Amino acid sequence: MEPTTAPAKPQFSAAAQAEIKRLLTHYPEDRSKSALLPILHIAQAEFGGWVSPEVQDLVAETLNIKPIEVYEVSSFYTMYNLKLVGKHVLEICRTGPCMLRGSDELTEHLERITGAKVGETSPDGLFTLKEVECLAACGFAPVVQVREQYYEQLDTPEAVDAMLNELREQIHRPILSWEENELPNSLKNN
Amino acid sequence: MAKITFDGIEIEVPDGTTILNAARQIGGGIVPPAMCYYTPLKGSGGKCRACLVKVSAGSAKDPRPMPKLVASCITTVQDGMVVENTINEQVMDVRKGIVEMLLINHPLDCPVCDQAGECSLQDFAFEHGLSTTRYEEERRTFEKIDIGPLIQLHMTRCILCYRCVYVADQLTPERVHGVLGRGDASEIGTYIENIIDNDFSGNVIDVCPVGALTDKTFRFKQRVWFTKPVNAHRDCETDKCNGHVTLWYKGKDVLRVTARKDEYGEVKEWICNTCRFDKKETSDWTLEGPAHINRASVIAQNHYELPVVNPQVILDLPESTTRELERNPPLRLGGLNN
Amino acid sequence: MGRKLLTEHINVEGINTFEVYRKHGGYRSVEKALKTMTPDEVTEEVKKSGLRGRGGAGFPAGMKWGFLAKPEGVPRYLVCNADESEPGTFKDRQLMTKLPHLLIEGMITGSYALGARTSYIYIRGELLYVLRILEKAIAEAYAAGFLGENILGSGYSLDLHVHPGAGAYICGEETALLESLEGKRGNPRNKPPFPAVQGLYARPTVVNNVETIAAVPIIVNEGGDEYAKIGIGKSTGTKLISACGHLNKPGIYEIELGLPVEEFIYSDEYCGGIWKGRELKAVVAGGSSVPILPKELILKTAAGENRLMSYESLSDGGFITGTMLGSGGFIAMDETTCIVKNTWNFSRFYHHESCGQCSPCREGTGWLEKVLHRLEHGHGSMHDIDLIVSVAKQIEGNTICPLGEAAAWPVAAAVRHFRHEFEWHVTNPKEATVPGAVYRGAAVLA
Repeated sequence: MEPTTAPAKPQFSAAAQAEIKRLLTHYPEDRSKSALLPILHIAQAEFGGWVSPEVQDLVAETLNIKPIEVYEVSSFYTMYNLKLVGKHVLEICRTGPCMLRGSDELTEHLERITGAKVGETSPDGLFTLKEVECLAACGFAPVVQVREQYYEQLDTPEAVDAMLNELREQIHRPILSWEENELPNSLKNN
Repeated sequence: MAKITFDGIEIEVPDGTTILNAARQIGGGIVPPAMCYYTPLKGSGGKCRACLVKVSAGSAKDPRPMPKLVASCITTVQDGMVVENTINEQVMDVRKGIVEMLLINHPLDCPVCDQAGECSLQDFAFEHGLSTTRYEEERRTFEKIDIGPLIQLHMTRCILCYRCVYVADQLTPERVHGVLGRGDASEIGTYIENIIDNDFSGNVIDVCPVGALTDKTFRFKQRVWFTKPVNAHRDCETDKCNGHVTLWYKGKDVLRVTARKDEYGEVKEWICNTCRFDKKETSDWTLEGPAHINRASVIAQNHYELPVVNPQVILDLPESTTRELERNPPLRLGGLNN
Repeated sequence: MGRKLLTEHINVEGINTFEVYRKHGGYRSVEKALKTMTPDEVTEEVKKSGLRGRGGAGFPAGMKWGFLAKPEGVPRYLVCNADESEPGTFKDRQLMTKLPHLLIEGMITGSYALGARTSYIYIRGELLYVLRILEKAIAEAYAAGFLGENILGSGYSLDLHVHPGAGAYICGEETALLESLEGKRGNPRNKPPFPAVQGLYARPTVVNNVETIAAVPIIVNEGGDEYAKIGIGKSTGTKLISACGHLNKPGIYEIELGLPVEEFIYSDEYCGGIWKGRELKAVVAGGSSVPILPKELILKTAAGENRLMSYESLSDGGFITGTMLGSGGFIAMDETTCIVKNTWNFSRFYHHESCGQCSPCREGTGWLEKVLHRLEHGHGSMHDIDLIVSVAKQIEGNTICPLGEAAAWPVAAAVRHFRHEFEWHVTNPKEATVPGAVYRGAAVLA
């Protein structure tokens, strides 16, 4: 495991610091390590969609725990990207129910369009393809998750194109505010 | 106190004793193997599943059998409990399966591994394994990681017992290594290049059941069965180290220093790195006598455990004589090694 | 048309807001419990209801509550398991998104019964957007005086927090979940001690699935005895079924337990039959870890009786001819489905999700996946078919947590019922590796 390194010591924004402060009130004072997973999510959102060793060290410092305690956790959970990623990480569900409804074809299609293989980032730096296991949206398969957004029923090229176009136009998607988050279509109308 | 029956043998042990430790009080061939459990390390055990046994009666109060095999190292006894180990066919079958699982990704590089001869996995496989494998896939390998000048980490051999992690947590001021990754890609590592450097770091070598963590100062120097263990002590100035060690001699040379281990390979007194790595002259030590080696061990096959020979005497002999003694150890002459 | 208890108001405009939810009878159970019942009386109603854990194991919820240790002066916790990630299961996500207040109401009433002063909802990290919905709803509940200090003047206080995971199926196992909630790797703990005695922060803890907790308000409102009248036998109440795969109308359906499987699959009220006018081949009825059954055995038991959607009927015949209701993740496969490929896919899932702590699971799941990969891609031998059954058996029952079984059962069942299909892959490697190729012979009955 050889993580890529990034220069300069990172620092949390004021908004992130406020959110961290709020999170810490959720747990007993002597159990602040409990906030590790949520804080890593914040860190990933803050620092370009991945957690560099420096960012992880910052998280360790924030929680006053040993860096190795952060590394152990960040390398266990698949949502944390340990390497530099593109602007949008397309997390494609590959598990049974999605496969039954065409996730293999979806992956191939995405590879063709973006020019990136699974695990790679497209040459334009826009899309990183990542295969993930069941996203709990099996009834609306096949499914891709991009940050907090679920894109569902991607069983036609048109649906996939619509998703990619939407993503291409996005400049920045707010992460720390629930107001900005829309429901996936399937849940809006179902 | 709780009275239990283990493989037909009754024994009374204090409440809270684990099944494994109750069996160890009986001793001998009925004791379940333990690859991850390590008595002095809090939290260890339950992971390797080598010590699974059948509880055919839970307790006197509730004599129902337990539905699944249980890990004897972490299951405490109940009064009236009946446990089956070597007399239970299912247990023996499952144990064969555990050996197989532990070996499918193991490199089987015993011929070049310093741990050979004192390796728990080797013993376990010898006693319970098959001589063939059904595994045809590519074996998992890891790149060797450098964790400092004294300790070699060879992850490919690791069975993920977590013992070295507990050592770092419980003995040393700052743990810098841990278990990274997940599933069969889990590995012991420091994540970013880091060295494990503190007064007690060398103990990870002693607790490692396999050759994943070895002593760089002993690397490729000698097969352990050609060395002679002698207990010795010194006045150690390191806090929390009382300098009780085993010296491993080849001829007059101390090739390595380890903590003293009991017959289950467990260290009762941790030693510091000064004792382990820096004191390799006989003059550093007060010798006590030959270390006890289990007769079944390959180390005992070659050498003495004969109180009539004072090791100091051997050391004082001219080299030609010690060489001769090595070729013809007194133990064999005495015919006591049977 | 079966009764809808959980989802009665799910399509009401604005039901995700406190105001609308309250207007439709929301939070009545909190009022009733806190003002007129003792905590033990609430637990008693849950016991009477016969409610069984909806996460997959089906353990009686009231009994689980009854096991909670209550040492003086030690805090205890109710933790909601919203780590929904068993392939085929997607009911909790829907419930939380559309009816966040139902879960919160259940958490308050449940926490009151258990004497918890702080409770957590552990939600899988992928559902961060649902976490926001829940946090918003929780803020509303605080503002309305249903959370926080001295709720409704009863003297009972409760804080409720949502905690995200970060991508690990294993955290659905309750002790792995607690480890994760403590900010650690999701390694399941050795048991005993059980969470009821030493759970979160080594304090007594109950962990319940979302759907289980969501049923508590209904039980408290209607009474345990009334709830127990719904359903069939020991399968009381209603269950959310997540239907997916090759169905005309995949989605989430609340059913009264006891509904015939055939009706569930084919009637227009539910899944509306198999898509594209095809034939049903097999069903995985309770999430990917339960045994797959061929059409003949999912519609009728071995004795020829109608198979029902209930804990007992689905498990009729044991694992030889039966399966489990599990989490209610109902995956239907049509006649074009390659069972070998599907089994390999599931094996890959368990391999990917094994925490790696104990040796049979860490090594065995990878082994299974590799051999199945070989079989699927036409490089397997007849010997391999027996090998995967044997390896599965070596994992099953010998691991720290149930992931071992979850990985072993699908493999064993697939070979049990579809052995011919595996053999066909061995004898016809060329045909088998054509994309979309599938064995069209009859499924083999046990």
